[in-house]
Amino acid sequence: MNEWMTIWDARDAFFGGFLNTLKLFGISALLGLLLGALLLYLLEGPSNRARQGLGLFIDAMRTIPFLILAYLLYYGLPQGGVRLSADVAGLIALTLYHGAYFCEIFRSQRRVMPKGLIEAAQAHGFRHHLVFLRIILPNVVMTSLPLIGNQLIICLKDTAFLCIITVKEVTAAANGVQATYFIPMKAFLVAIMLYWIISLLIEYAIRWLGRLGKQRGFSHV
Amino acid sequence: MDLKAWLLLLEGAWTTLWISGIAIMLGVSAGLLIALVRRQAIPLVDQALALYISLARATPLVTLVLFLFLSLPSVGINLNKNVAAILALTLNTAAFNAEIWRSALNNFSRDQREAAQAIGMTDWTFFRRIMLPQLFTVSLPALVNEMSFLIKGSPAIAVIGLVDLTRVTNRIASVTYEPLYPILGAGLIYMVMIGVMVKAQASAENKARRLAM
Repeated sequence: MNEWMTIWDARDAFFGGFLNTLKLFGISALLGLLLGALLLYLLEGPSNRARQGLGLFIDAMRTIPFLILAYLLYYGLPQGGVRLSADVAGLIALTLYHGAYFCEIFRSQRRVMPKGLIEAAQAHGFRHHLVFLRIILPNVVMTSLPLIGNQLIICLKDTAFLCIITVKEVTAAANGVQATYFIPMKAFLVAIMLYWIISLLIEYAIRWLGRLGKQRGFSHV
Repeated sequence: MDLKAWLLLLEGAWTTLWISGIAIMLGVSAGLLIALVRRQAIPLVDQALALYISLARATPLVTLVLFLFLSLPSVGINLNKNVAAILALTLNTAAFNAEIWRSALNNFSRDQREAAQAIGMTDWTFFRRIMLPQLFTVSLPALVNEMSFLIKGSPAIAVIGLVDLTRVTNRIASVTYEPLYPILGAGLIYMVMIGVMVKAQASAENKARRLAM
């Protein structure tokens, strides 16, 4: 049992790592969702060069592993003279990568959204950006909640990759503790439990939002 | 980047491919097995499997790989790096595959089972001849999607020192001091690999739709 005491003594390391993971996840999820919505707005309308370019960016993000993007920002960019700290590189990588996925999720819901809603809004004199903000975005977000929840959990799990580019998050903390005291099993079990708790909370929040959405009439999922 | 660097990248790509390939085969079969066992709703076993699926879906691959590679030796199980990597990828993907198989099983029509029983088919023959081919067609798009997720997650195995397609870029950069090009090259190879999976998924979807299942 005294191995658990060692873990308890090392609680500061875990707590610091956990906070860093939460911070990385929280900020990148928020920015990623905003980026996804922005990309969706920019992709509205007929295809042109710029929109094709955005589509290419989204496809690129969807076909590379997250770690390659993190490597590119952290190891690759300094060659071009841009030097980012590990935390900032990780945050930008998470935001760009998951922003593209969020946009893809929104786009798949946008395609199946009934045309009548938009036409009705236009008939009522809503301007272009207002149609998007008041009609399209709420509909798209509320009908894709389960997919957003999945993507948020993937985003949370991708923060663990950042320990490879030396970000001090919870997996790195567990690895540090196990290397110092040689208690690998319990150290990583604690880390896994922490991830599990966050992902259960995400699932719970998504379900709660789903119920809220249903009350407001977004039940045609 | 010279030819030697490209060859190293291809070698890394091969490592990624064979380890992911074995994990995919094991994970798809294990997923089906888990889904079938869960369908029997055996007390305790069912709850244990549900817990496993919930945990495995929430655990990052990096953490899982480190956990298995570093902690199993302390209970007397020594794994080499390759086995630890395959085990971690399999444990991860099997949980997702189990859910895919389970939803296909749940949506399977009862009429066909009754028809098979009426003409005297045994349960096993029914499963092998009637059920499995249809389950496979229905699940294939989602399974292929999960396979591309597995390949996108596979760089996690680099954390225990396996030189996969991502890790090999460090090796090349340590000689050339130009990390940008090998990383871009590796990204390109990943794009090709996962692009193929995406195409395969689309054609699997078309096939499932054509057979109207």
